Amino acid sequence: MINKQVARAAEALADVRDGSTILVGGFGQIGHPMALIDGLIEQGARDLVIVCNNAGVGTSGLPRLMKLGRVAKIICSYPRTAAVFTELYAAGKLELEITPQGTLAERIRAAGAGIGGFYTRTSAGTLLAAGKETREIDGVAYVFEKPLKGDVAIIEAWEGDRWGNLTYRGSGQNFNPVMATAAALTVAQVQRVVELGAIDPEDVVTPSIFVDRVVEIPYEPPYPAISY
Amino acid sequence: MRAAAERMVGPGLEARKAIARLVARDIPEGWHVNLGIGIPTLISDLVPAGREVLFQSENGILGMGPAPDDETPDPWLVNAGKQNVTLLPGASLFDHTLSFTMIRGGHIDLCVLGALEVADNGDLANWSTSAADTAPAVGGAMDLAVGARRIWVAMDHTTKQGASKLVSACSYPLTAAGVVKRVYTNLAVLDVTPRGFEVRELLDGVDFDAVQARTDAKLHRAGVAA
Repeated sequence: MINKQVARAAEALADVRDGSTILVGGFGQIGHPMALIDGLIEQGARDLVIVCNNAGVGTSGLPRLMKLGRVAKIICSYPRTAAVFTELYAAGKLELEITPQGTLAERIRAAGAGIGGFYTRTSAGTLLAAGKETREIDGVAYVFEKPLKGDVAIIEAWEGDRWGNLTYRGSGQNFNPVMATAAALTVAQVQRVVELGAIDPEDVVTPSIFVDRVVEIPYEPPYPAISY
Repeated sequence: MRAAAERMVGPGLEARKAIARLVARDIPEGWHVNLGIGIPTLISDLVPAGREVLFQSENGILGMGPAPDDETPDPWLVNAGKQNVTLLPGASLFDHTLSFTMIRGGHIDLCVLGALEVADNGDLANWSTSAADTAPAVGGAMDLAVGARRIWVAMDHTTKQGASKLVSACSYPLTAAGVVKRVYTNLAVLDVTPRGFEVRELLDGVDFDAVQARTDAKLHRAGVAA
């Protein structure tokens, strides 16, 4: 019997290695897998490359992981959401790669879909195109962007089953479905695990093939913070 | 939550609402519109009653409704400014790849953004104050600036120090080149045309010369040859 459910977050992340690239879902706090980030903190991996739209909020989750010195680099579109990020970046203790939000999503999509990169008009003629290949297509300037693959994706969904089918709630999809497709190991934090077959196949947003582990973490928002 | 939206806009709320109201007046029924942070955030609540406009939020919402009652926001539903929002009947929810397919693919009729500077060739600077910015942050601005069918800017005409934000060449790093079609400020509404800024409308009590005096780019009168 296939059963991808794992009891604890740290257990689901036990084999994450130092230096891993971790795709972290969420837009601000919504769809952001706080319990799995806490699991990563407990698990102990270092020198991590974090791919996430934001650099976390407040002092728990990603900011705590950064504060503990476990993050070497962050790839994001809008990091200016946590004070600890700004401090570490200014002190030269954290590498930053700024990627426009749509380009970030599409680079991850390319990785998940087996596409070797793409040309986009986004960032053409700006500082963010510096050093990148450019090409004129039908008279318009485009910038080449490479796929962005994760060793691990940690995401948050609403319901999941033991095969790993996932649904989402509200604006909680954001980067989660695409990140699920683009990592060697995808771990999903869900509000509840339901019986196989309880999710209407027409309601599945992330099909089970993309999900390796499911951890049930019910909570009333906001997620209880473990601050540094 | 509406109060929270207004707090994010900062001081001079009534003047900023007046700018937002002008933009809202000019959005036709049926357009799909994305609003940036700042003055643009105020626009959605100011669309004349009965006119159906679909607001898109890049984090995966089409058909965003007004701000919720303070008592009962859905904690799982936020806009791009991370404020709680509601959904209109007919709204849809989706992920980032589909959201930016809408944005980059030219499906969004209008994006209204704030700006640090707009040049008279349509260049837009709104993401970084210098090449050595201590922590640059771009969000979705560059995707929206090249992808939406029209870019309008809603901003104060000058900085707090009185410097013109309408310029002949941007001094800040560009978000995108040659994309702005119209600018709404606390003094005037200006179109970006092949000959530069053309004053389309003056706000009450403001004359052309007063706007020119506070603008570091040559202004043209609409319908009058240079």
